[in-house]
Amino acid sequence: MRRWRVAVLGFCIALPALAISIEAGDGRWQANVPSGARQRPNPMANEASAIAAGAKLFQRNCSSCHGKQAEGNAKHPDLHSDRIRGATPGELEWLLKNGSLKNGMPSWSRLPEPQRWQLVSFLKSLN
Amino acid sequence: MITLLKSLTASAILAILLIFLSCTAFPQETYFVTYSHQMEEPGNLEVGVRSVTASPKGGNAFLAHAFEFEYGVKAWWTSELYLDSQSTANESSLFTGFRWENRFRPLLREHWINPVLYIEFENINSADKSLLEVVGHDMRNGFLERNDRHEKKREAELKLILSSNVKGWNISENMIAEKNLAGEPWEFGYAVGVSRPLALIASAKQCVFCRENLSAGAEMYGGLGERYSFGLRDTSHYLAPVVEWRVPGSTTLKFSPGFGLNSNSQRFLFRFGVSYEIDQIASRLREH
Repeated sequence: MRRWRVAVLGFCIALPALAISIEAGDGRWQANVPSGARQRPNPMANEASAIAAGAKLFQRNCSSCHGKQAEGNAKHPDLHSDRIRGATPGELEWLLKNGSLKNGMPSWSRLPEPQRWQLVSFLKSLN
Repeated sequence: MITLLKSLTASAILAILLIFLSCTAFPQETYFVTYSHQMEEPGNLEVGVRSVTASPKGGNAFLAHAFEFEYGVKAWWTSELYLDSQSTANESSLFTGFRWENRFRPLLREHWINPVLYIEFENINSADKSLLEVVGHDMRNGFLERNDRHEKKREAELKLILSSNVKGWNISENMIAEKNLAGEPWEFGYAVGVSRPLALIASAKQCVFCRENLSAGAEMYGGLGERYSFGLRDTSHYLAPVVEWRVPGSTTLKFSPGFGLNSNSQRFLFRFGVSYEIDQIASRLREH
């Protein structure tokens, strides 16, 4: 019985350590975007309804970290930024799908792809 | 029966309280038993209750609850505490123990299939009926015994969660291995689930009961015997449609009628759950 307790405790400690070591090896998200994903156009670019739906999705899913006006805070970036302005729609959609887990940005792959493009439309409209 | 009614009333009050609170984010899982690779957002706390009720043939009807507190430690690490209780008609209501689980995403990007490693320690007694998983030779005759909390079960549970999001569909498979730390053999089980939102495109208007807020799916779960008797013999299996409604304001309601697939299974189970997500709880506490 003691052997099992030690094994369970060891597993509890080893898993986070493994995940941390993987995290330390990752780079900046933009450099990791595959070229195919980077060049994907937004099928809903400049659609007013997509921007409005994206704003709704932003308030529902993103504003708790990035702020209601996407202004950011000490821990989470301001989305009115040169990085967002300069990113291609494909890069932003890739970031939403994959997240940047080592930096605390969760994956939004659970949102259907059309909703991620609606969010991209909204983010681009901010900039 | 009175204890069962009291328990139902408490669940209803909790559900109403959670619905009328307001925040922004939503809980993650569509299923009751199956896990997908979606993790809790870092810093968010999800509180909720998952309940199951059934009326076993030859036994007393019961209503079991698992109160859950799920916290996003990191974007790749979610920790969750469950407190289990149950009420059985003509018997008693009792606290049946706790479970502490941790889920880790070892791969930091989205892939075709996304693995998650799951480890849980549970300290429950033999009266537990929360049915958060079915393993080994769990069968319906286990529900016929009168409430007795003298037998303690300290168990470790490991799961390999594999999950994919494809064209709006989520497809998840869980392989389960559970061991009673008192020296009993490993028990095995499985759970698989498929779900999809009813609309893939969000509307521009705020809406409450619209297709984009509803998801539907089904899950199937059951036991696979134990180390010395692996297989389907003397095991129970269930198929359960699931409907999830994300009410604007951070609350999610779920319902799932479950049907036993063989004579070892409970003929019918009804699950319902309500959960509420508190965004960035540490920051909120600091502000106050």
